[in-house]
Formats: sequence, C-alpha cells, structure tokens
Amino acid sequence: MRAPRTDRFRAGIFHGLLLSCIVISAAMLVTLLLDITLDGAGSLSFDFLTNSSSFKPELAGIWPALMGTLWLMAIVTLFVVPVGVAAAVHLEEYADPTRWWNRVVEVNIQNLAAVPSIVYGILGLAFIVRGPLSLGPVVLAGALTLGLLVLPVVIIAAREAIRAVPPSIREASLALGATQWQTIYKQVLPAAIPGIATGVILALSRAIGETAPLIVIGAASFVAFAPSSPNDVFTAVPIQMFEWISRPQEEFHQLAAAGILVLMAVLLAMNSVAIWLRNRYERKW
Amino acid sequence: MATAAAILGVPRRRRGEQAIKGLLLLAALLSVLTTAGIVVALVEETVSFFGEVALTDFVTGTDWSPLFAEPSFGVLPLVTGTLLVSAIALAVATPIGLGAAVYLAEYASPRVRRAVKPVLELLAGVPTIVFGYFALLFFTPEVLEPLFGEPLQGFNALSAGVVMGFMIVPTIASVSEDAMSAVPAALREGAFGLGATKLQVATRVVFPAALSGVVASFVLGASRAIGETMIVLIAAGLQPNFTADPRKSVETMTTFVAATAKGDAAVGSVAYEAIFAVGTVLFVLTLLMNLLSIRFVRRYRQVYE
Repeated sequence: MRAPRTDRFRAGIFHGLLLSCIVISAAMLVTLLLDITLDGAGSLSFDFLTNSSSFKPELAGIWPALMGTLWLMAIVTLFVVPVGVAAAVHLEEYADPTRWWNRVVEVNIQNLAAVPSIVYGILGLAFIVRGPLSLGPVVLAGALTLGLLVLPVVIIAAREAIRAVPPSIREASLALGATQWQTIYKQVLPAAIPGIATGVILALSRAIGETAPLIVIGAASFVAFAPSSPNDVFTAVPIQMFEWISRPQEEFHQLAAAGILVLMAVLLAMNSVAIWLRNRYERKW
Repeated sequence: MATAAAILGVPRRRRGEQAIKGLLLLAALLSVLTTAGIVVALVEETVSFFGEVALTDFVTGTDWSPLFAEPSFGVLPLVTGTLLVSAIALAVATPIGLGAAVYLAEYASPRVRRAVKPVLELLAGVPTIVFGYFALLFFTPEVLEPLFGEPLQGFNALSAGVVMGFMIVPTIASVSEDAMSAVPAALREGAFGLGATKLQVATRVVFPAALSGVVASFVLGASRAIGETMIVLIAAGLQPNFTADPRKSVETMTTFVAATAKGDAAVGSVAYEAIFAVGTVLFVLTLLMNLLSIRFVRRYRQVYE
C-alpha cells in the first residue's frame, strides 16, 4: 500500500529540510576554513613560526605565543590528568550514588562544565593571579585557570571510560584476592586508558583555543621572548591572534589568519590522534 | 564497585588503601572548591560594588558608562545586548540543530551518520576566536552587506549572533539527538504498525517523547550563548547601546568583563568591582539555566533508561 500523493510530497519536503540543516552547517564550516586559508596561507612561512611579535607586519611571528601555548598545555596536562582521573575513580568506584552529597558533587561537575569560560577568568584573577596565590599573570597562573576550566571535561570522560569496564572484571579480580585499589589500579584503569586519553585530548583541544579567561587574568598581548619557566609572563597563540585582529591594518588580519591556520593544524592533529585512539583501542566487552 | 566489595568481604589489609581513598576524595572535592571559589571571588567584590552603587540604579538604569568621569552603572544595556545576540544565535541554532538531530536520529543510515557526525564535531571544535575572525572579516562584509545592499557598521550584533548560532548548532544537535535515540524502538514500531508515516513518527511520536531532552539542549545552548565572549568581543564592538537593532554595535556582559579586565580599570576602583558585579549576574543566570537543563536531561534518562 502506498501513501497518498500529498503525504509523499510532504515527506519529501520534510526530508529535504532536515538534510538542508546538515548541508548548511557543513557549508558554513567549509566557507570558514576556505576563508581563513585564503587570508592566511600567504603569510605562512618558517620565519612566521620562529619570529617574535613585531609592530612591522612583515617581521612579525608567533614564536613566543607558540611557546607560551606549549607551556600552558604541558602544565594543564600535568594538572588535569592525575586530578581528573582521581576524581573520576572516586565518583565511579568509591562514592555511594544514593548519598545526597555525592549527587551534589555530580551536579556540581555537570554545572562547572557549562560555566562560561570568562567566569573562570574572574576566578583566576581573584584567587590565582591576585589574592591567596598571588602568582601574577604568569604561565602557571594561566595553566591553573585553564586546568580548572577543562577539569570537568576530563572527569566526565574518565568516568564514562571507567563505567564502560564491565563489573565482571572487577569481580574476578576481587575474587582472586586483590584489594579494591589493586583491582582499580591493575585492572580497571588500564582497560579505561583509551577512553581517558581521548577525553584528555578533547579537553586540551578546548584549552588550546581558549582566549577569554587568559585575557581576564591579564596575559600579556606583546611579549618579545618565549617564556623559559612557569613563572614568566606569557602570551598564547589565541591571545596573539586577538591582538592582531584588533588592529586596523589588513596585514595584521592576514597574520591572524596564518596563526589561526597553525592553531587549526595543531587541533586537527590532536583530534586525529583522539579518533585513532578511540578506534584502535575501542574494546567491545 | 562498593557493592561487590561488600558482598565478597574484601579484607582491608593494605595500609595505603585508606590513604589513597582519601586522596581520590580530595580530587573530587576540588570541583566543589572551584565552585566555592567562584562564588567567594564574585561575592566579595560585588558586595563592595553595591556599597557604592545603588542596587536599583544597577538593575533599572539604561546608561552604562563605568569609565566616565561621572560614571553610570545601569546594567540594562549589557543585559539587552546579551539577550539580543543570544536571541539571534538561538534563532539560527535551534532550527538547524533540531533538524540535524532529527535527521541523524531518524533518517540517516549508519553510513551517512558516520560521515555527518564529524562535521558537527569539527564545528564544535573550532575555537571561538576563529568564529570571531570569521564574523568580523568575512560574514559582515561578504554576506550581510550584499544582503542588506548597504554598508553596515563593522561591528554589529547580527553578524556576531548568526556566527555564534553555528557555534551552538553542535550542542543543540548532539543533546537532542541523544534524547531522540533514547526513545525506545517499540514506540516507533507501534506507530508504524498503526499505519503512521515516517514523517508522522518523527514529528508526533519521537519528538514529543524526546521533548525534555530537546528543551535541555535549547537551555544549554542559551547558556552557552550568554556566556560566549570572543565572538562578541571581536565582532560586535564594545558600545553599550540600549537597543534592539541588530545592525548596531552592542556590548554584552561577557565583553564588558573581558575588555575592562584587559586594561582600563584600576584595581579597587568601582569600575573594577563592576567586573565582579556583572560576573555575578552572568554566573547566576547561567547557573540557573544549567541546572534546568541537567534536570530535563535527567527526566528523559529516568523514563527511558
């Protein structure tokens, strides 16, 4: 039995509308990438990567910003991996979900994942740059701020990875006489590593493009030298891009586009690794 | 697995075990401390801000000029600026995101899904500063100006809003699609068995059944729009206009915080404290929306999983 003609017509229209939503999104993405490539490719060169920032566009490069971003990412990783995984293990393996305080912690983490990034900037300004920690606008302060910002992402991903390890693995380990921590450390965590690593990479790729919190904590917009320790003032690639976009001259806009290309290339590489990890080590229990 | 350990009666023989447990708890508590830190940081300066600016002036004033010699702290222009940009963004993101979600959940074959999902994931992964660049240097001059047929202000709410909409599409699409995929197949099969068409199943069975998830996605998207900084900072300018005209430059709550913290307010001045007062409004607003969306997600999870 075939549907009446008007029904088939309406079904076709509806299907077309849905498809166009996907097509519009994809077209937007392609236009954006094309525009930035056309604007920025001409300024990309080896010198652009290794030169310091300059008020002369033909001499300007992103070396200090690139090094600043690398420093940030290194410290963020050292911070969020142990803390995020530990929090996830606590919530999945030890915490009793029927207790109200554990539910509060859980809702709290879900909310923190959606708190505007600029609010983390205010937190970093009040407590890390000034106030109790008083680090000043240095690499470490920026990294801690970004770390707190992406910590919920890591916790949520690590929890999912840990939850995906079937209970039978734990029960077998416990039955053989392992303690609860031995079970977690020797059985659960190794099985959850691919999922955790994917989450960490996604968190880092969020942190690498974050600009607003770094602006608020006072990351410098003009730094001539790459930072050489966590206590140096710094700039980061997105901060440098913002600085260049804010100038009226078109040459600086092209430099910004070139910097964005570098940023997008790094992001693409990171995401490819995440997808590869997910596919390579994904285990169906 | 507290329960398995209890059943099997695991002996707590290793001395380090309790210490490790304590460390793990500490890590989990850091997230609570973060929230507490945000609240304390905001409240402290906000209280001293309202020691100098009357609450009624703040809430009802339509003139925001914190750095003038005769400063005025009426927050309404920032609120309307935020709402204007967010409304434009949601007007773009809601239909596109929902359409994409229905398509992925109900229409796409597994092969098409595998091809389409990365598009949304890539869109979600684009740093907001890149969207800002695109809004200011491509969307306004190359799309909006030909569309309007007249030169526009370089900084305007429309461009920032539309481009922000595309930033939010993946949020709305993925949360809604999760909700639609959680609708049990039996509901669909029942409707098909009664002779419903695919269109009817999608719009009259799956969509209502997933409604709480759809609402959650919308609220989460709105929260992201209100909290977004860079796109607006780059593309919408920094003029606290009390206007509903999307062709005008506007200042939002987030851009005020970013621009003021970046340089022009001395620590301890009222303008500096205003950063925290506006931050408080922003935090409370997004907190309410996040809690609402968490509640709606929980609702469909409880029903279907």
